[in-house]
Amino acid sequence: MSTGPQLHDLTIVGAGERLRSGDVTSVDLLEAALDRAHRTEAQLHAFLTLDREGAGAASQAADADLAIGRDRGPLHGIPMALKDNMCTRGLETTASSQILAGYRPPYDATVVTRLRDAGAVIIGKTNLDEFAMGSSTENSGYGSSYNPWDITRVPGGSSGGSAAAVAAGSAFGALGSDTGGSIRQPASLSGIVGLKPTYGTVSRYGLIAFASSLDQIGPLSKSVTDAALTLGAIWGHDPLDATSYSGAYPDLTADLDKGVSGMRIGVVSELAGEGYEAAVESAVQEMVGDLAGAGAEIVEVSLPTFEIALSAYYLIAPAEASANLARFDGIRYGHRAPGASTEAMMARTRAEGFGPEVTRRILLGTYALSAGYYDAFYGQAQRVRAAIQDDFARAYRRVDALVSPTSPTVAFKAGDRVDDPLAMYLSDICTIPSNLSGHPAISVPIGVDDQSLPIGFQVMAPALGEQVMFRVAAEVERLAAFTARPVIAEVAS
Amino acid sequence: MPIDIDIAHVARLARLDLTEAELGAYKTQLGVILDHAAKVQSLEGEPHPETAHPLGFVNAFRRDETRPSLDREEVMEQAPARQDGYFVVPPPLDER
Repeated sequence: MSTGPQLHDLTIVGAGERLRSGDVTSVDLLEAALDRAHRTEAQLHAFLTLDREGAGAASQAADADLAIGRDRGPLHGIPMALKDNMCTRGLETTASSQILAGYRPPYDATVVTRLRDAGAVIIGKTNLDEFAMGSSTENSGYGSSYNPWDITRVPGGSSGGSAAAVAAGSAFGALGSDTGGSIRQPASLSGIVGLKPTYGTVSRYGLIAFASSLDQIGPLSKSVTDAALTLGAIWGHDPLDATSYSGAYPDLTADLDKGVSGMRIGVVSELAGEGYEAAVESAVQEMVGDLAGAGAEIVEVSLPTFEIALSAYYLIAPAEASANLARFDGIRYGHRAPGASTEAMMARTRAEGFGPEVTRRILLGTYALSAGYYDAFYGQAQRVRAAIQDDFARAYRRVDALVSPTSPTVAFKAGDRVDDPLAMYLSDICTIPSNLSGHPAISVPIGVDDQSLPIGFQVMAPALGEQVMFRVAAEVERLAAFTARPVIAEVAS
Repeated sequence: MPIDIDIAHVARLARLDLTEAELGAYKTQLGVILDHAAKVQSLEGEPHPETAHPLGFVNAFRRDETRPSLDREEVMEQAPARQDGYFVVPPPLDER
């Protein structure tokens, strides 16, 4: 290997340049990623499945295509990882649950089809909190993942495996899913870029559903441009998803170099104060100052309904999850326990197959939807949702984008919050409002604290405002000049 | 605001076969979470409409035309128990 930055450190853009200049092949890129995985998986446990065979064939096909001048675009030949709640035909997909151990989907998720059509090389499936329920990946049914910056700490969740893989260089990019912050928070804790697009712009067909009105698939990557290119490859109307947006989609990369001069940027006053680590707050404030220096007008904005957004989320998400997870009943696929009747079999299967957090949320959701409680809990939460959208609409009459920390804290120690569900839920306080409103939001790494733990900066924009979001995010990335990479003691596994 | 949850009833609705100890633990945890979630009651001002879809989309239809389904054999391969193209399941009622 040459000295200096290694192949696995390249961005998707950088790897693409080396591919097209003939300097490296897709097979080389894959080998670099697999080698990196081989050396770091014992510490990180980012992956549930590494598909050497499938990825090998795909990388060879990518090289053959390029050799005859067939260039499928920016993801061509690039090894990408997928959170294991996205169906990959014939390749085990578990949603990190024991209830789906050994399940091989009979179809590909739409995002998987689109990645394959874009020439991407799917290297494997990454670890997550079971059914995407969690903020640390400690709820995985197959063991936790760890943070490349400090392997005694969590990578965040629920897309912790994808975040760890990208941060470590075991994949050049990854897809995750975000229901309450599950892409952005792990991106923030792992020092990479992660975003949730406008609801409806990325197909949910083949995404194992958690909360259908909140779930969205999005990219995790080393740079803002990589994220924009990945989103461009996977988004767009899909007739297989009844909630898919069929109108015009914005140009994602047009404004990346425009800077923020003349833009109005709102700082959300509710997303600060008690519970926020000093290092996080000072890094965010410093970046806000830098944005002002770069020509943006900074406005303090209050969105009072943010104070009850977490409460609304912890009624809506479990309620929808209780309905979505009813299909796991031991009849057609997955785990089946013995039982003398169908009902007994189902109840035993589900008790055996689901972990404690999933069980807790199913119970919570079932209760919130049951007769006599529906209106006070679920109905009221849906009214709060409308109020949150009003607050956002009011704010966006005054500003073009909103900013905040992505997470109140840096990566916490493994085990710190597992016994305190409420403390765990507070990890998502900055990210949840965008899921409830359906708006896009991105996390960009801006620095580290005095223990070298990454800090993420969140940029939010109105629905279908990805162009504005990326414009601000690109400037944040330039101003931060965050080039640090985690040092992982390599151990061959 | 103490909420008394009939946790056994909820577990039955959710088809979850939990032990007494588990039911007790979940009942306590749910109480704590619901106490926090009940903050949604504090929403002031004009009553808002219940909003299920973030962007207000309505029905999406497709043409009423037949098209291939999933590969049947591939689907049946995932079955815990199968016979003659059917999923085999325990009887609806305990027949013992």
